[in-house]
Amino acid sequence: MDKLPRWADVALVPFVSLLLAAIVAAIVLLVIGQSPTEAFKVMVEGALLSSYGWGYTLYYTTSFIFTGLAVTVAFHASMFNIGGEGQAQLGGLGVALVCLALPWPHWSVALLAAALGGAAFGAAWAAIPAYLQAKRGSHIVITTIMFNYIAASLLVYMLVDVLRPAGQMDPATARFPEGTNLPTLNHIPGLNLLFPKDVPANVTLFVALAAAWAVWMLLWRTRLGYEIRAFGKSEPAARYAGINPTKIIMVSMLISGGLAGMMAINNVMGESERLVQNAAEGAGFIGIAVALMGRNHPVGVLLAALLFGFLYQGGAELGLWTSIPIEMRIVVQGLVILFTGALDMMVRMILTRVFALFRGRPAAQGAV
Amino acid sequence: MDYATLIQILDSTLRLATPLLLACLAGLYSERAGIFDIGLEGKMLMAAMASGAVAAVTGSAWAGLGAGILASLLLGAVHGLASITFRGNQLISGVALNFVASGVTVLVAQSLFGQGGRTPPLSGDARFNPITLPFAEAVKDVPLIGPFYFEVLSGHSILVYAALALVPLTWWVLFRTRFGLRLRAVGENPAAVDTAGVSVKGLRWAAVAITGVLCGIAGAYMATALQAGFGKEMTAGRGYIALAALIFAKWRPVAALWACLLFGFFQALATRTDVVEGLVGMKVPVPFLDALPYILTVVVLAGFIGKAIPPRAGGEPYVKER
Repeated sequence: MDKLPRWADVALVPFVSLLLAAIVAAIVLLVIGQSPTEAFKVMVEGALLSSYGWGYTLYYTTSFIFTGLAVTVAFHASMFNIGGEGQAQLGGLGVALVCLALPWPHWSVALLAAALGGAAFGAAWAAIPAYLQAKRGSHIVITTIMFNYIAASLLVYMLVDVLRPAGQMDPATARFPEGTNLPTLNHIPGLNLLFPKDVPANVTLFVALAAAWAVWMLLWRTRLGYEIRAFGKSEPAARYAGINPTKIIMVSMLISGGLAGMMAINNVMGESERLVQNAAEGAGFIGIAVALMGRNHPVGVLLAALLFGFLYQGGAELGLWTSIPIEMRIVVQGLVILFTGALDMMVRMILTRVFALFRGRPAAQGAV
Repeated sequence: MDYATLIQILDSTLRLATPLLLACLAGLYSERAGIFDIGLEGKMLMAAMASGAVAAVTGSAWAGLGAGILASLLLGAVHGLASITFRGNQLISGVALNFVASGVTVLVAQSLFGQGGRTPPLSGDARFNPITLPFAEAVKDVPLIGPFYFEVLSGHSILVYAALALVPLTWWVLFRTRFGLRLRAVGENPAAVDTAGVSVKGLRWAAVAITGVLCGIAGAYMATALQAGFGKEMTAGRGYIALAALIFAKWRPVAALWACLLFGFFQALATRTDVVEGLVGMKVPVPFLDALPYILTVVVLAGFIGKAIPPRAGGEPYVKER
């Protein structure tokens, strides 16, 4: 099979995959008797054509950057971390404990501490599956799935029996103290001109951007990142080069879990300002789609996270203004994972054929 | 805990273990042939919706069962296409199909019935109703064995007995037939099967199809026997528990039965916290009982209770040498 040109590999393959996912999604809408063009219009209007919509789109984007980066770092070590959801839930617990522990004087101090708390809890939740993979060969995919469920149960227990204030009915923590409330984009000088109304997107967006830069630095500009990528490409070769497999599996999964856990400063600290049940709302799973779509590169992850932010806000608008159920966005998410992740080869085969056509098939004739 | 309570709990254990068992055996065929299937959950959900919808429209549970199997086979075909034909990542394909199923089921049910993503409640022939085993009435009053036979074994729907019958059948197919030998071989060393002139792709497609059928039955059982109709996310992670049971059973059919009964027992206990507290003598949080199957699976995976060794070629697409 011919190789695709680099630009096609980087840009065209994801684009065609996305197009295929969009076509199938449109067919699904037609089958249930809805208009795809109408739905698309509602999504664009609700997510992109008002500063209010952007406020939500960017809020979702922030969460997805964290979880997308989490999956990316693990992917480079050829670890498929499906546990982002559980790690993000645990991260929420860490953030909540930090926020409730002290009367924080200023949000910036609280943010730093909460980010560390969330990352530590997320990393701890990834540590056990990582250790079992490294030392006992237990498949990381299965253990991280199990840990998602265990995390869900643990959070139910913590919220119902431990952290719920006396006399409160719904399973949630108390409200975080005033000093931990993060400034939303409409409260930041300069940006408040763009966002006149109250929006959920907050300063965490900048933390997410910094995290993306840090992940790029780590993977392509440090010795550790080189070792992670070498290990992911070929374990025997990495072993031969003196790279310690246990260390790489542990470190990459700890970073991955830490990034997923850090997501909680966006949704728990920045938005709901208390820990509620199922706070991560599936963002951990969307990280898989974001990483696949973004070709496991931080820049790609940023773009894909923005795309999914749009899909999520747009999907919510669909649920509000049309008779299309909000679950449509889960379908689209599944289709994107299917086409960019599992049917990747199919897309490449189609594109290689098309490229061969344009070249007037010299390659095909030369081969005979 | 008195005997009557135990009987009650065992009765619901069998009822709750059935979908796990069907899905677990489904996964067994697939994984033994070297195709990992995370998508058991999605297939069950799809089948539950299809069978709930068709049973509601036609009034026939059997028509519902057929529709459930077809819906599950459809998802199985996509999984086969991605993992056999296009040699994609089987884990990613399964994850993707679970999301698609989770969303599509609500979309379709909502557009068909407009009841918030549910299908209408089923009754009468639209459900698989309990059947009484022979002599159940007669031996009812015999001490110990009587109530056990009458309450626990008798009085389930036909699908429960079908699932139980599938255990020895699966054992026989896998370990006593030519097809079974080849199926297991293709999961361990596909190149050897290929050398012997047997189609690797054909065998794997067959395994994926069997998985589809069994998941279809599991989903239909959820919507037309265990409950009366489809509800959003009604499988509630049972596909993953089945996967856990499969590992717990080390990919063996009879062990799978015991694993599913054990996990079904936990699910039954989670609804009877009063009994658990009486037994342990202290308050046990319900979430802990919910998490127990997953915790046990991790313990098994960690190799503390024997070693769980998956089929060697599992998860790897087979590339024929040219």
